[in-house]
Amino acid sequence: MSSATNAHDDAHGQAHHKFHQHHFLTMAQQASSAKFGVWLFLGQEVLFFSGLFMAYFVFRALYPETWLHAAEQLSKTMGGINTVVLLYSSLTMALAVRSAQLSDKKGLVNNLIQTIVCAFIFLAVKYVEYSAKFEHGLLPGAAYHGHEFIPGRPELFFTVYFTMTGLHGIHVIAGIGVLFWILKRAIRGDFDSTYYIPVENVGLYWHLVDLVWIFLFPLLYLVR
Amino acid sequence: MSATSIDHSPSHAAGEHGHHDNYLVAKKGISSWIWTVDHKRLGIMYLAAVILFFIVGGLAAVAVRTELMNPTKDFMDANAYNRMFTLHGAVMVFLVIIPSIPASLGNFVLPLMLGAKDVAFPKLNLASFWIYVLGAAFFIATLVMGGVDTGWTFYTPYSIKTGSSATTALLGAFILGFSSIFTGINFLVTIHKMRAPGLTWDRLPLFVWAIYATALMQVLATPVLAITLGLLVLERTVHIGIFDPVYGGDPVLFQHFFWFYSHPAVYIMIVPGFGMISELITVHSRKGIFGYKPIAVSSVAIAFIGFLVWGHHLFVSSQSALAGAIFSFLTFAVAVPTAIKVFSWIATLYRGSIEYNTPMVYALAFLFCFSIGGLTGLFLGTLSVDVHLTDTYFVIAHFHYVMMGGTVIAFIGGVHHWWHKFTGKNYNEKIGVIAAIIVFIGFNVTFFTQFIFGSQGMPRRYWSYLEQYHTGHMISTYGSYILAVGLFLALFNLLASLRNKGVAPERWRGVSLEWETATPPIEHNFESIPIVTAGPYDFPEVRAARTGNGH
Repeated sequence: MSSATNAHDDAHGQAHHKFHQHHFLTMAQQASSAKFGVWLFLGQEVLFFSGLFMAYFVFRALYPETWLHAAEQLSKTMGGINTVVLLYSSLTMALAVRSAQLSDKKGLVNNLIQTIVCAFIFLAVKYVEYSAKFEHGLLPGAAYHGHEFIPGRPELFFTVYFTMTGLHGIHVIAGIGVLFWILKRAIRGDFDSTYYIPVENVGLYWHLVDLVWIFLFPLLYLVR
Repeated sequence: MSATSIDHSPSHAAGEHGHHDNYLVAKKGISSWIWTVDHKRLGIMYLAAVILFFIVGGLAAVAVRTELMNPTKDFMDANAYNRMFTLHGAVMVFLVIIPSIPASLGNFVLPLMLGAKDVAFPKLNLASFWIYVLGAAFFIATLVMGGVDTGWTFYTPYSIKTGSSATTALLGAFILGFSSIFTGINFLVTIHKMRAPGLTWDRLPLFVWAIYATALMQVLATPVLAITLGLLVLERTVHIGIFDPVYGGDPVLFQHFFWFYSHPAVYIMIVPGFGMISELITVHSRKGIFGYKPIAVSSVAIAFIGFLVWGHHLFVSSQSALAGAIFSFLTFAVAVPTAIKVFSWIATLYRGSIEYNTPMVYALAFLFCFSIGGLTGLFLGTLSVDVHLTDTYFVIAHFHYVMMGGTVIAFIGGVHHWWHKFTGKNYNEKIGVIAAIIVFIGFNVTFFTQFIFGSQGMPRRYWSYLEQYHTGHMISTYGSYILAVGLFLALFNLLASLRNKGVAPERWRGVSLEWETATPPIEHNFESIPIVTAGPYDFPEVRAARTGNGH
């Protein structure tokens, strides 16, 4: 990462990994620090989403009839397709980590590309879904102007729907960003069995993005 | 005899690359500061920013107090007054107290105390600082755009409707949250993974334990605030309805979300102060800490219980009676670990060789003020009493005794304690002590009065008031002037020391690792990796006493 690190390689009298940052004593310390940091980051991500989950349950308890009827406006097919797409992308992500551990550069690149393609498919399906909602006026709060009768407070259901899936979508987009970064480094040949922690960490993040969707899908689409 | 031994084996010595200059002069030029990943320089930059915003928030406080000198208008109208107290509260909470001890002192001292070369993620540390600056820029933009009048708590539904620039302020707080989260992650990983050989968990200085508990709360509570403020921004801009009864939303839900963060945030603010006091009391009374493990564990216990008491901010917000009773009970539970700390500090002082130097005077001021702040918290945690006292100056006085009398005083004490380590200069001890005493007197005159007229019914956040509170308000305002004089005197005393030439001799003789390195520390902290063989408070005097009068 920093070129300064390379310059110090020989001064220590022992071979230094080229990605070893000088403030860590060993590569193992560096790897376990990075991994622990990512786990903490994922912990705060869970709490970041938790507010929205809490809002979901509060308003579902307040307006149960709304939830029953409004959820029928969402396409179970499209939601289902996206669930399968994300689950498959988690598989390819896991295989990418495995390839990196085995120093299999071709497998790593291949699996990362598949993961990125899945992420784009997910966003495309989401775009189609969002367009349909905009067309029918099924929008959050003040913007709501749906024609079909839904009892209670349909505008709140769509507030919850759009904020939860929207925040998740932002995480998918961020995921694509870091996946491209990892892909670039993979093509450059940065990763092998001695150094693959960034691949693993991006994988952890991607699994969380997948996991959040695994909760969102039944809660939003499969109410009835 | 030092508590640590330095490993001078050739392999380690060879690992150094000739960076033996102290961190202040090792690299030169403005950009070497702007892009620095050195935790020490970042700590100093945070320190400068925190002091700057403390002056801004403090002047706003003086303006608020001056307006309250008389029951009617003095120099601000009611609208300007609302914006002024919001400015004071928001700046003090988000820009001063939260980053004060952890981000400035912690950044500088934590890796030194651990015997590490830096924090685990130096670049993330740099990012945290600039995210903090960005958030501060949003606050300044708010100010330029006419300010915000909701109070720092942004309660709905008023914060949805207000025409003042609440959106900019909310975005500022949202951004500052990420700075806080990243600092928390960085510190947790650093404490877990970067400790020097021999530095076991029960040899960590108590400051580190406090920073650990704080970081845990920063990582787990702040994201909830972020999402809450994000939703409120959406509420104001596109009217999503989640907190707005017009669309079936729930304004009280905002209070729950807000306090789920902001109550732990109260402990994010005070727990580092606890850590600071443990250092001041031990080093300046030359005694090993009484009850190391209870103090260490009670920090983490406070962090845990802190997540379960947010409902005590909603006693009068249509919360159910059962929830009120449970939250009241849990609030009392916080008093247990807190009292363990206070009693342990007093027990540490008992038969210690107390030096009444500046840091110690601040530590004693802390003990006095924080005890009052903590005990009045029990009044407010009691359901029936709180119904009478809620939203009065009693509450104002209570949290100022904790936040200002606690955290800020501990912070100032800490700055004096480590000033020599930071700069290599010694401030004037006599002026330091005088300033501390003026601060202590000014603080108590300002806020103790507020307990009295608060309990008589003076409501908080009011611009005008009944004649019966006039005397109280006048005394409180004069107190705030005394306080301001003391604080400026302390600041000038510290800054004046920078004009001294050369490196002054070290005065405190502490034995935790930050005292083992050069003053000011070299760029990579230690010449070689220290190996720890004893506890953080094993002063020579303590060892001598243990082995029987030094024989």
